[in-house]
Amino acid sequence: MQYPDLGPIMPEIAFIAAALVVLMLELVIKRKEAIGFLAIIGIAVAMFYMKGSFGATFQSASNPQEFMFVSDGYSAFFKVIFFVNLFMSILISLKYLKIEDSLKGEYFSLLMLSTSGMMIMASSGDLIVLYLGLELMAMSTYILAGFMRNNTRSNEAAIKYFLLGAFSSAILLYGVSILYGLTGTTNIYRLAGLVAAEDVHSSPALLLSVVMIIVAFGYKVAAAPFHMWAPDVYEGAPTSVTAFMSVGPKAAGFAVMGRVFLISLSSYKVEWTTILIPVAILTMAVGNIVAIAQTNIKRMLAYSSIAHAGYAMLGIIAGTRMGLAAMMNYLLVYAFMNVGAFAIVIMLRSNVVKGDELSDYQGLAKSNPLAAALMLVFMFSLTGIPPTGGFMGKFYIFMSIIDAGYIWLAVVSVVFSAISAYFYLRIVVLMYMKDQEKVPELSLSPALSLSLIISFVMVIAMGILPSAFIDVARVVSLIL
Amino acid sequence: MELGYPILSTVIFLPIIGGLLLLLISRANESVIKWGALAVSIVTFVVSLPLFTNFDKTTHLMQFTEGGPHKWIAAWNIHYYVGVDGISVLFVLLSTLITILCILISWNSIKDKVKEFYIALLMIEGSMIGVFCSLDFFLFYIFWEAMLIPMFLLIGVWGGPRRVYSAIKFFLYTLVGSVLMLVGIIVLYKQAQTFNILEMMSRSYPYKLQLMLFWAFFAAFAVKVPMFPVHTWLPDAHTEAPTAGSVILAAILIKMGAYGFLRFSIPMFPDAAKAMMPVMLGLSVVAIIYGGIICLAQTDLKRLIAYSSVSHMGFVTLGIFAFNSQGVEGGILQMINHGIVTGALFLCVGVIYDRTHSRVIADYGGLATPLPVYAGFFLVFTLASIGLPSMNGFIGEFLIILGGFKASKLVGVLAATGVIIGAAYMLWLYQNVFFTEVNDKVKDLKDMNGREILTLLPLLILVFWIGVYPNSFLSFMHVSVSHLLEKVNYGASADMNLAQIFIDLIR
Repeated sequence: MQYPDLGPIMPEIAFIAAALVVLMLELVIKRKEAIGFLAIIGIAVAMFYMKGSFGATFQSASNPQEFMFVSDGYSAFFKVIFFVNLFMSILISLKYLKIEDSLKGEYFSLLMLSTSGMMIMASSGDLIVLYLGLELMAMSTYILAGFMRNNTRSNEAAIKYFLLGAFSSAILLYGVSILYGLTGTTNIYRLAGLVAAEDVHSSPALLLSVVMIIVAFGYKVAAAPFHMWAPDVYEGAPTSVTAFMSVGPKAAGFAVMGRVFLISLSSYKVEWTTILIPVAILTMAVGNIVAIAQTNIKRMLAYSSIAHAGYAMLGIIAGTRMGLAAMMNYLLVYAFMNVGAFAIVIMLRSNVVKGDELSDYQGLAKSNPLAAALMLVFMFSLTGIPPTGGFMGKFYIFMSIIDAGYIWLAVVSVVFSAISAYFYLRIVVLMYMKDQEKVPELSLSPALSLSLIISFVMVIAMGILPSAFIDVARVVSLIL
Repeated sequence: MELGYPILSTVIFLPIIGGLLLLLISRANESVIKWGALAVSIVTFVVSLPLFTNFDKTTHLMQFTEGGPHKWIAAWNIHYYVGVDGISVLFVLLSTLITILCILISWNSIKDKVKEFYIALLMIEGSMIGVFCSLDFFLFYIFWEAMLIPMFLLIGVWGGPRRVYSAIKFFLYTLVGSVLMLVGIIVLYKQAQTFNILEMMSRSYPYKLQLMLFWAFFAAFAVKVPMFPVHTWLPDAHTEAPTAGSVILAAILIKMGAYGFLRFSIPMFPDAAKAMMPVMLGLSVVAIIYGGIICLAQTDLKRLIAYSSVSHMGFVTLGIFAFNSQGVEGGILQMINHGIVTGALFLCVGVIYDRTHSRVIADYGGLATPLPVYAGFFLVFTLASIGLPSMNGFIGEFLIILGGFKASKLVGVLAATGVIIGAAYMLWLYQNVFFTEVNDKVKDLKDMNGREILTLLPLLILVFWIGVYPNSFLSFMHVSVSHLLEKVNYGASADMNLAQIFIDLIR
């Protein structure tokens, strides 16, 4: 019997092992901050294995092309996004969880397991593997959303997330099973050729299957009209988990969308773009317009993250290498600016103040100019104003969509982008242009400061010297 | 002409770096911050002077160019590439000068968040100059948008009572216009495969595309100018901004829109621009007359001057879209003039506002009695704004009306009535503020101090310099303008120089 080459999957194996070690050590280590540090070491180990892991694994005996797990540049790029997200989430959690009285070792272990799920998703070469990864990610995140056991809002968030998530998983499975019925395979790469066949291509069942897959992925990335869960869950979940959720699962969703739509279903592009374009426009519209009406910053950022999913989706719609590279670059910069914004939100959470109402930001520039200035940078980056990374990300997306011939779609999305300025500016207005009612007590910690420094430096670096990031994204988008 | 050092990059980045250095100074050291900002702006101005003295007036090519082959973002073929020609060089100089004056006028009036104020001001200066120097469209857009952030803060943090509303309105109007231009830029890039402005200009584009892009760019530039009917942000922003903000808005920021027409819309889409000439002339005339009539009904000093800007910028776009050398040169000169005169008027309002904290015209009256020097300065700028001969406003408006008349007699006549309306509201304003009976509120006020006189003096000199000997400024743009017009009119333009115009006039 021939054993499969485990090299490509080593990062995942190492990382899951690290997650389990963290879970065990939780029993003996009393200082929970140390466990967070161990989790960071886990990231380093996985990164170490990632270097030499390129390749494909678990070929089937009958067809050597039919691998189930692919470790390529594309997945590696996403894994870096997941690691960034995890690393930053751990940094911003430490002090916050202590204030919330929820600092437990399992928290870090769950974050790591969820990230492992995302890694498997990004690398999946088979829809079944994809589903395994997705469930691992989702299960861990459900628990994380309800991690503040004594808080009803947190419990509500977890239940809501779980119920709707279970539905979407079932819908995904149903879509995949139809695809399997039509073609006899679940392999992403083999599907490409089979879907192109005349009898499959013209079958209405294929359309049904694609619709179901879009619904399921749309749920994962919080695209309208499958976004209903997002604001409640984002608001109820612990803020550090919200930061984690608003980037990681979304990026993972886009990673698999890129692979499934642009490889398996590439011959079906006309049909799925017809569905995705309205979804993307609706997502941008709902995200940007409803965000204006929010008074809670976590809800506002939830809607903003919905809107950003709409922009990233444009990269998939473009359907080109450039579109894919633009989407990846966008998600990377989004990870930094969004976690940066959440870090400020967490900073305002002190023992006395909840700090997630917009009015809590009133006059922040007076009492803490540095925090206000950082929030200003993140807000302008989320709006997409140069010289921040957010602008470069959006610019690349618009460039790819125009290059693919959808000028009108670019016009629609820039208009929504301008609308979004209104609610991001509102935070700036509150911080700089309103007088302070009460002086907020900020909860500072070295880890939180570190995460803020990293996100600030990266947002500016990606805005002023975007070349390095774009070149990497261009190279690794070579999967097409 | 080449200098030994990268002059344009220095002028762009010196204020930005200076602003970042101010960050390091402790908040308590207000005077250090003020003097530091002033020093940075003066050094920038001095560094920019060779642009005036060493400029080669015999070529339409870009001068002082820097960084041509160095790629900034290789994947998108974007370069860091800057340079100036006869159209842009004067604006760079105007920007460096105006910033000094803005710092001087804010010396005592800004008391809150002093550090941030001067940082914002210097950031604006750097990005404004960047806009005028960029020869790469992407770079241009970066500066164009980046300026929004400090300007938004300037209006919103240090402005008047309705500052938040005005700041958001300003930001959103400009942003919507800009993002539409962004789409246009990318479409253009897809055609030209480069962001290099000179290369983009050297190509010709199909008429339908030209038309589409012309309107996409119109969205951005018309908002900035501002042209009727997208001018409504301007009165609010001007009125509520602090004095320095109003001055920068009036003197330079709104010139960027007209500059955009000259630099991009007209040379890149000449056919579309020609086809749209009646529309643009029509909108310009509406702005001139409508802006003027609204001025007559104002009760607020700053608001009146703001609406007069709408009217005056109507003259500028009229001149530009007349497509003859008088019109275009007059348009460019009028941009400079308007920058000087309206900038000066806002500075003047700032001087009195610091004393009374009122902008209501009815609160004043007989101001000439307690403040004779101030009244003198204000009179000169009022007359310059009206366009009295021997002052700069006359030269600009005259050339524009001449150009407009050549393009269309009706337009010329209507534009000329705008001058009359202009005289009416400015003289009415002057009479109500400075003559009539001395208002009790103002009788104890002190006249201008040395710092304030020093602020207004350079502009006073420029008013007469341009008015008496405009050629020292017009000569910068002759070659560039005729090259531009050649492109639009396919070499069929009847070029005349200023001397000929005056000879014609005397006959």
